[in-house]
Amino acid sequence: MTRPELLRVEGITKAYPGVVANSDVTFSIGEGEIHALLGENGAGKSTMVKMIYGLVRPDSGQMTLRGAAYTPSKPAEARRLGVAMVFQHFSLFEALNVAENVALGMENPPPMRELAARIRAVSEEYGLPLDPSRMVGDLSAGERQRVEIIRCLLQDPKLLIMDEPTSVLTPQEVEILFKTLRQLSSEGTAILYISHKLEEIKSLCDEATILRRGKVVATCTPRERTAREMAELMVGATLKTPERRVGAKGEVALGVSDLSVASPIPFGTSLKGISFTVAKGEVLGIAGVAGNGQDELLLALSGELKASPDKVRVAGHAVGDLGPVERRRTGLVAAPEDRYGHAAAPDMSLVENAFLTAGVRKGLTKNGFVDWAGTRKFAEEIIAAYDVRTPGPDVAARALSGGNLQKFLMGRELMQGASVIVINQPTWGVDAAAAAQIRQSILDRAGEGAAVVVISQDLDELLEVSDSFAVLNEGRLTKPRPTEGLTMDEIGLMMGGAHGMEVAHHVA
Amino acid sequence: MGASPHTPGIFVDRKWGVVVLRLEKRPTPSKFWLYATPPVAVILTMIAGGCLFAAMGKNPFEVIRTIFWDPVFGEFAFYLRGQLLVKAGPLILIAIGLALGFRAGIWNIGAEGQYIMGAIFGAAVGLAVFPTENRLIFPVMVVAGAFGGWLWAMIPAILKTKFNTNEILVSLMLVYVAETILAKASTGFLKNPEGMGFPGSRNFSSYPAAANPELIAGSGLHWGGVAALVTGVLAYILLTRHQAGFQIRLAGQAPRAARFHGVSPARLVVMCMGISGALAGMAGLFEVTGPAGQISIDFNTGYGFTAIIVAFLGRLNPLGIVLAGFLMALTYVGGEMASTNLGLPDAAIQVFQGMLLFFLLAVDVLTNYRFRLAVGAH
Repeated sequence: MTRPELLRVEGITKAYPGVVANSDVTFSIGEGEIHALLGENGAGKSTMVKMIYGLVRPDSGQMTLRGAAYTPSKPAEARRLGVAMVFQHFSLFEALNVAENVALGMENPPPMRELAARIRAVSEEYGLPLDPSRMVGDLSAGERQRVEIIRCLLQDPKLLIMDEPTSVLTPQEVEILFKTLRQLSSEGTAILYISHKLEEIKSLCDEATILRRGKVVATCTPRERTAREMAELMVGATLKTPERRVGAKGEVALGVSDLSVASPIPFGTSLKGISFTVAKGEVLGIAGVAGNGQDELLLALSGELKASPDKVRVAGHAVGDLGPVERRRTGLVAAPEDRYGHAAAPDMSLVENAFLTAGVRKGLTKNGFVDWAGTRKFAEEIIAAYDVRTPGPDVAARALSGGNLQKFLMGRELMQGASVIVINQPTWGVDAAAAAQIRQSILDRAGEGAAVVVISQDLDELLEVSDSFAVLNEGRLTKPRPTEGLTMDEIGLMMGGAHGMEVAHHVA
Repeated sequence: MGASPHTPGIFVDRKWGVVVLRLEKRPTPSKFWLYATPPVAVILTMIAGGCLFAAMGKNPFEVIRTIFWDPVFGEFAFYLRGQLLVKAGPLILIAIGLALGFRAGIWNIGAEGQYIMGAIFGAAVGLAVFPTENRLIFPVMVVAGAFGGWLWAMIPAILKTKFNTNEILVSLMLVYVAETILAKASTGFLKNPEGMGFPGSRNFSSYPAAANPELIAGSGLHWGGVAALVTGVLAYILLTRHQAGFQIRLAGQAPRAARFHGVSPARLVVMCMGISGALAGMAGLFEVTGPAGQISIDFNTGYGFTAIIVAFLGRLNPLGIVLAGFLMALTYVGGEMASTNLGLPDAAIQVFQGMLLFFLLAVDVLTNYRFRLAVGAH
């Protein structure tokens, strides 16, 4: 099937100080084609689409849109020419309603009443139900994404760029999004779909361009390839699946009972009656769409949020009212999701960041004085064991790529010999090879008898590492179930289905 | 919208397009500019200050020489060098305390008030036991001075931790309260009973047990100078080697990471405000028992405010602050010379000191950012 060419990208190169983000990238997208841009983190996908959307200018190379030279100098120009983009991180104002948010993104917004009617019309046409008068702060992540999509669709784009759109969706919501995208495609709107989730790309995309280290390494038709083949093209190496040890479960190491805490985050989700236990050697996977209380659960377990003593027990000791230092002393370590500013201090060196959490358990203080020599040694051990690419332990954390810093931070928690390990998003933004290594280390620690809680939005990851599985939904945790034998449908229902979207596609 | 790391700067039109000078965040802070910033700022201040003085009809080279050269190497250097130490001592002592708080993101702007309260508390203890002679009196007065400053700093600290008030405003406003109490002290409860009705307390120079004399004649060194240098070393060790210093730095750079580490924000506020208040209070006590000699309505000369500049000029690093304290003392002593010898108004000297902070903060951008020329890009 040949389609008339919509966008052609030819020989695009873009360098930043110290790194070539894109080198001689060439590909083309036909009218109405769903084209995947596939690659690991840091492969140059984001830079590429930023250039197409006019946020960044290429150093060399050219782009043509329907045969005409295409050099957008700003996003507004790209939008005028029919290119729209839905970002991975939404730019919405939580204290405004849907219509107001949409109006803010428009050059000449129509009167509110008219805009609301248009939002309704578009949302019904594409099966994306959305009430224009609702506050964005009250919407789920999936609903917020719909705001962004509808904002784009109101411009009637020829090319819609979607950056990692499914990372915030339940499986059911993903299916509905895909229906919308297929409908758009059949009406002639091309979609540039950025992802590293191979199964999605196989089911959705017509063509794929695979980037590795800024270069195009392959183009293929995803339906004709296996996920593994594409993964290996993406990574440039053969992949190892983590090995699961089968160990007998020990006694309960972490017990949480009826834990309710108010969220300290504005528009956050309070925890409501969370109860679960994790035994020695067990990995509990906690799934859920972002913003359903994951950050709050991590804070409540790390000790940054306190509760009454017996709500959280580590090896039988009540620790609910203890802070992070005392909890580490009893054997609980935690790894928050946000690397820059929460799990690590970006401007501090890796040595200082090693001390940040490891001081207590590694005995790195004497009479209140820091044993910097010992801390440096520990930092070097982490760097060696987790293959952290860095010139040395004295560089600032922010100088490391996201994936490398994540490896360092995972190593920091996993190498402390803790009896309970809580991790939020262990492999977020990490390349496939490093992700596999991190998952293997998690399983190894469990094999050595640690109780592990993994909070993640990556279902494949959870199914790979966890023994039992629960879902966090609007601050409530479902009863943990054995992972073995769970189907995607069951998981989707545990995740609360599709947030009121069941009827959306009855006509589609 | 995706945040761009590039901030457009100056645009220059050329026939073939646009040259954009833009600021780009460095991957790691520049060590070079970290140390080069203060000297560059001093040079820029000299240039801009020179222009200012020239515009006022003075010979800029003569003014700059009077401020920066004469106090150290000029005709009266034997006297003025001592004055440097007299001025630098309290500036350093206060600035070190402030820097600890600033490092943690706690903005104590009211050191001047804590300085005054320290002086009043310490002096009151000494005057209460007048004319007893005992070697313990002066040390007890130092402790009382530190306590007075600490107590005054605890007001904004506790209001901040309990009611989330802004410590900048509260500490600043308390300066004016302290000044009122000082006026009351010198005309009322600490007034010299043998002072023939003049305002002001007894003079400590005539009360040896409570006095803070020059330790080496002509050097300008008194116990305050000793305390400043010792505090500089101790604060340096605290920041680089001690866990509390790590927590201070961490809280300032990444507050959420600090909570994750296990720092209690409230305890940190109380600790940092307390240390800076106590040091400012000590500085006040050393001043009132030494160079000032007595509690008087206007014995305070704004050290508490100038110390803020000193803290930043010294890169919030205790050792840097020691150097910065001397530099700032130089502008004080030299500035006084310039105003008496060359007829320069006091305000011009204050503008000059302000310029120093301005250029310091401006040049400081280069520590974390660099300029890049880009053609046509946007």
